[in-house]
Amino acid sequence: MSTSVLTPEPVPVPQPAPAMRQRQWTVLLRGTLRQWRARIGLTLFLAMVLIALVGPAIAPSSPTAFVTAPNASASLHGPFGGDSLGRDVWSRFLNGGRSVLGMSLAATIIGVGLGLVIGLTAAYRKGWVDEVLMRISDVFMAFPQIVLALLLVTAFGPSVGLIILIVGISHAPRVARVIRGAAQQVVERDFVKAAEAVGEPRSRIIFSELLPNVISPLMVEFGLRLTYSIGLIAALNFIGDGIQPPASDWGLMINENRLAVAFQPWGVVLPVIAIALLTIGTNLLTDGFARAVIGLERGE
Amino acid sequence: MAVTEQTSAVSVRDLKIDLVLTGADIVDQIVLEVHPGEVLGLVGESGSGKTTVGMALMGYTRPGGRVTGGEILIDGQLLSAMSTGELRRLRGGTVSYIPQDPGTALNPALRIGLQLSEMLDVHTPGTSEDERQARVRETLDEVALPSDDAFLRRYPHQLSGGQQQRVAIAMAFACRPHVIVCDEPTTGLDVTTQARVLETIRDLCHSHRVAAVYVSHDLAVVAELADQVAVMYSGRIVERGPREVIFSQARHPYTRRLLRAVPDLEGKRAVVGIGGRAPLPGDRPEGCFFAPRCDLAVAQCHEQFPGPTTFEAGHIVHCYRAEDAPNELPTTGSLAPPAEVGDAVLAVENLNGLYGSKQVLFDIDVLVRRNECVALVGESGSGKTTLARCIAGLHSSYTGDIKLGGERLAESARRRSREARKQIQYVFQNPYASLNPRRTVGQTIARQLQLFYSVSRREAAQRVSDLLERVALSSAAANRYPDQLSGGERQRVAIARALAAEPSLMVCDEITSALDVSVQAAIVELLRDLRIQTGLSMLFITHNLALIRTIADRVVVMTEGRIVESGDTLEVFTAPRADYTRKLLANTPTIEAALQRGTPVAASPGAPATP
Repeated sequence: MSTSVLTPEPVPVPQPAPAMRQRQWTVLLRGTLRQWRARIGLTLFLAMVLIALVGPAIAPSSPTAFVTAPNASASLHGPFGGDSLGRDVWSRFLNGGRSVLGMSLAATIIGVGLGLVIGLTAAYRKGWVDEVLMRISDVFMAFPQIVLALLLVTAFGPSVGLIILIVGISHAPRVARVIRGAAQQVVERDFVKAAEAVGEPRSRIIFSELLPNVISPLMVEFGLRLTYSIGLIAALNFIGDGIQPPASDWGLMINENRLAVAFQPWGVVLPVIAIALLTIGTNLLTDGFARAVIGLERGE
Repeated sequence: MAVTEQTSAVSVRDLKIDLVLTGADIVDQIVLEVHPGEVLGLVGESGSGKTTVGMALMGYTRPGGRVTGGEILIDGQLLSAMSTGELRRLRGGTVSYIPQDPGTALNPALRIGLQLSEMLDVHTPGTSEDERQARVRETLDEVALPSDDAFLRRYPHQLSGGQQQRVAIAMAFACRPHVIVCDEPTTGLDVTTQARVLETIRDLCHSHRVAAVYVSHDLAVVAELADQVAVMYSGRIVERGPREVIFSQARHPYTRRLLRAVPDLEGKRAVVGIGGRAPLPGDRPEGCFFAPRCDLAVAQCHEQFPGPTTFEAGHIVHCYRAEDAPNELPTTGSLAPPAEVGDAVLAVENLNGLYGSKQVLFDIDVLVRRNECVALVGESGSGKTTLARCIAGLHSSYTGDIKLGGERLAESARRRSREARKQIQYVFQNPYASLNPRRTVGQTIARQLQLFYSVSRREAAQRVSDLLERVALSSAAANRYPDQLSGGERQRVAIARALAAEPSLMVCDEITSALDVSVQAAIVELLRDLRIQTGLSMLFITHNLALIRTIADRVVVMTEGRIVESGDTLEVFTAPRADYTRKLLANTPTIEAALQRGTPVAASPGAPATP
């Protein structure tokens, strides 16, 4: 067999395999769902989401209709009695998930998105840009999230939009820190220098070279921040700074029915359990995903 | 049989190590014999299983692997019969290990003296503090390091790479081991340091009659050091025998091709790469594993793995064509023809570069002309990469001029014109880091086209597949992600990306140093062909002198940020003017020189030639 030297034979490339993006996600997902924590988490999360979404359709009565006596016990009005004003607890519970979930998701998307941009920019630009962005973040982080929220609500009055914005913004510096840390390692890799050498625009380097390489920590952050958002937003609604009566909301329900908790506990117990399961579920699922990411990086 | 057991320090019979998960074997049918005072070179390319075998000699398999067959005897003792405690005493005591990277093997928080005496503390209990101190100093003397108190009080980070490696060697020899396993201990070192470290290992092995297994991918280093050589390919030893036989009368086609891939300092022959890639465990073909890449393969080769054939002087070959292989004409490559050089493409004039506040480049002048390949050679820390980055606009703290076609360029790439960025293309050292892992090869190359040309999606796809063909990859590679390609293939993609811009100058920064020799040879062939076809100018940065000989027209030698010599390749190699160049040439290990020098040591061990 004589091989001409000037026209080298093509080097055979390995057998066609599914594209990596798809393959890696499958591996990650499988790695996540192999763990019990993630399976339990997913079940809880999906169950709560299902209640929030389908609940209003299957509620026996309107959440704002007065159908029984105030604080009617479960034996008087089924299945869970009436609330402090005589509305059906079960119906209010089924209707109360959407607002918590919707607000939490919106706040998380805002917070993680903002944090992502800040973190990537700080990691890529380094120097004074990094300093300024991180010091501003530090100032924000110095305020406890809830105190910041209370302060602003007191100043501007309760509003759903404001709550979402405040919770989102208070997440941003925390997300930025994590993403900056992850991106700092990516920035040093040669493919970024290669893009630099051919004069790729900075925004393209940030969003098309760096971003795809921090997707895994970003997903973990999203799950974690969603957990915190649920807790924080439920708490703000409980205090009365968010959703206003007579709307039904899990956080608000706890507040409305807390005085009667001794003899009509359902009005408090149902939303408490729901919020707890939702946070625990989200957290377990995120944790499972984070472990799968680490496993993948270790090459397991 | 009993006699052999007593005379050999290491005896491996039919060793088989499997992957626990899939049951596929990592290595199999490993047979080795090392006598006291003898150095066995275990040679193979990455993934051949050489480190797995080396580790197994210490009773260790990496997670995911398991010894499933055969036996290993150290000093006549069966490793598999040992308890965990016995194994622990064996490691560091009877068998010791010299790691590839001493920087990670030494504890950064402990002083050198303490690390060494700790070793003795564990393996020679009952000795007094004074005895241990004396022993530590003796060992340091043996590896030619200072043994005064000031040195013993140093921390690893206060030593140079070569000194760290010698401390690691001292630790390995401190307990008077009978067997020593070296895992590429000189890979990270400069040639000058490497030469000294090799000498130290060689002397210690012979003076203390230690049996050494030297695991390496570098054939030239093995030629310098080993008495016996075993060549591994895809988890099997395909050929073994005395050093002279393996390097001058190899019979296995793989060994023969591997030797052709090693660049030659003398410049008598061109390097020839091996096409294709080595199969991975679980993915190996029927019959001989090398058959698909072998020019001599016959039908029989695809049926069953060949058994051992013994030739004179203990030369054992696993090949059906072993009788004929030496008679076959070797695949020849041609040296690059003398180039018709044109006008200056790149001129670096009076460049002084800073790294932080430290000056690292002093009065640099370099000229690269049209259709010329200039090699920039120097050891680590010579400033060659910083210079390359200045040229590419990635390092902007310098004074002086970098001119492209007579026009002065701005310091940073971002402030240069698009045309300037297009004309100079940089290929990075590590192909594992220079491609975005989240983008397909096609996307990476197409982006480069979009940056410099207005091309439609269709045109881009067509040009991508043309470019891939030019770097000898199939156009199907466009849909792959970098992690689906081997190191050599990735480097081809990086070259294709550079070519996409149709540059006039390609700056290649150590582009083969992360690759195996057979792959390196193939890349060098590719670059030569590209130059012939396109008249591309090249600045080829490397620490490998032998490689320069096969590729460059002119050489610039750098040390400590200064150019000490420059001239035509032939001139610099045959009549070096600078002392530094002479030292570099003398310290570069080559197979030819090692063979001429005869046996690596005067006292050849009494290894009986087993029939």
